[in-house]
Amino acid sequence: MNNELAKKIILPILVFLAVLGVWSGIAKVVEDFPTPQTTYVAAFGGVNADGEEVKGVLADPFYVENEDDKGIFWQILASLQRVFGGFALAILVGVPMGILIGMSKNAQYAFDPFIQILKPVSPLAWLPLLLYIFQDINMTAISTIFVTSIWPIIINTALGVKSVSADYMNVARVLRFTPLEKVMNIILPVAVPYMFTGMRLSLGIAWLVIVAAEMLTGGIGIGFWIWDEYNNLNYPNIIIGIIIVGIVGYLLDLIMGKFSDFFDYTKKGRA
Amino acid sequence: MGKFLTLENIEKRFPIPGKEDYVAVTDVNLEIKKDEIISIIGHSGCGKSTLLNMISGLDRETAGHIILKGKEVTGPGPERAVVFQNHSLLPWLTVYQNIEMAVKKVMPELDPAQLRERVEKFVTLVNLDAAKDKYPGEISGGMKQRVGIARALSIKPDVLLMDEPFGALDSLTRANLQEHLMRIQSNVKNTVIIITHDVDEAVLLSDRVIMMTNGPEATIGEVLEVNLPRPRDRVALQHDEEYIRCREAILTFLYEKFAKEDE
Repeated sequence: MNNELAKKIILPILVFLAVLGVWSGIAKVVEDFPTPQTTYVAAFGGVNADGEEVKGVLADPFYVENEDDKGIFWQILASLQRVFGGFALAILVGVPMGILIGMSKNAQYAFDPFIQILKPVSPLAWLPLLLYIFQDINMTAISTIFVTSIWPIIINTALGVKSVSADYMNVARVLRFTPLEKVMNIILPVAVPYMFTGMRLSLGIAWLVIVAAEMLTGGIGIGFWIWDEYNNLNYPNIIIGIIIVGIVGYLLDLIMGKFSDFFDYTKKGRA
Repeated sequence: MGKFLTLENIEKRFPIPGKEDYVAVTDVNLEIKKDEIISIIGHSGCGKSTLLNMISGLDRETAGHIILKGKEVTGPGPERAVVFQNHSLLPWLTVYQNIEMAVKKVMPELDPAQLRERVEKFVTLVNLDAAKDKYPGEISGGMKQRVGIARALSIKPDVLLMDEPFGALDSLTRANLQEHLMRIQSNVKNTVIIITHDVDEAVLLSDRVIMMTNGPEATIGEVLEVNLPRPRDRVALQHDEEYIRCREAILTFLYEKFAKEDE
């Protein structure tokens, strides 16, 4: 056991060192590419290679200089708010839609072609249209995330509802359940784990899309922040941005995973 | 006393597009007495499950009438409880909750104490007290089927319908469940209809065995009275003349008169 644990700690460290090595190599070859050292200083503060005192991005994440110059915390918060806004709207619309499509063959026939055609469209393709409609950065970002999130939620919810076995429905019929009792006692318990699978997928894609969307809309948000740092020639901060986006995305998935496990009956009562 | 359960000229057709209907079952007439245990036996495809589904109301007959206690069967209902072959327990509910859900729905007039008492009674009836808080995924196939029986009996049905209830189980577990069923039946009398393809099971459990001819257009071929006293002991019966006669009658029917060639 202890041996396993040691491996789990040591092996990633070895990979990390190898990554640092490759990174340093790239920094030697590409002019002005930040080295691991300069990136570290840019993140946590200190004295940079030119002998200048630098205040790190992460050293003061909460500062507010003015509306256009805020700490990294506020950038992430803005992005998260947009993601959750669009995601929540997608759940509100997508879950009932999914239940309808799952329960009614006619609804499936009616909507399926459009879902299949719209699903593979990159949400960013919608962005100019949404920007034109709303003329507002926040609404555009939120609606882009809505368009991103809704398809996996609809599709997985419908799949969950459809996967209710005829045997369970026969039990409900023998007991003469009302339609509402069928939904509450049979359909939802089966479908909820599927819904959460859809939501988890949606949230993951939403977090991918928000970075690109913000680069296009500008204003505030981690995506625009990264693009802005590129325009300011602050290359170390781009790398910091990438790492932060990765960590936040990982945490989002972790939290969604815990949620979905909680509602998943197949994970109950198992040792 | 009026008739208990009557099947009158039952026919079941399945439409096939562009062709003539497939007639699965036809001309089935049967009287079932209260507290009688009957088995319906036949080769696979003889429509015996279709017949049971029509009695349960999960499927409708194309022609004929099914009349239970003077009322025509028009759909499923708790007075005709079903024990499904694949148990059909809800996997997100414990053993206790599976039975509770059924009792709660069918007997809404019970107060919480009465409800608990009734559920506990049926958990005990199938000897599952130790497993009552387990989920179906945590108990054996035989135990699941016992829960299915307890759930079906807990709603006080007029008829208990069992669709190859032990078909998916190994032979030792199956024997064990047959014993359970006979013990339960001696405690709480029920009218039971069992679909089976097991000759020994049919003879051991039943008062009458209904033998179905092969489909299409399957119907009742012979009806056999099993005149064996209860309780029945499976080991002692092996040399009992009546038991051997019944077995032979069924075997002759299934393998000589209505042998199935292909398969």
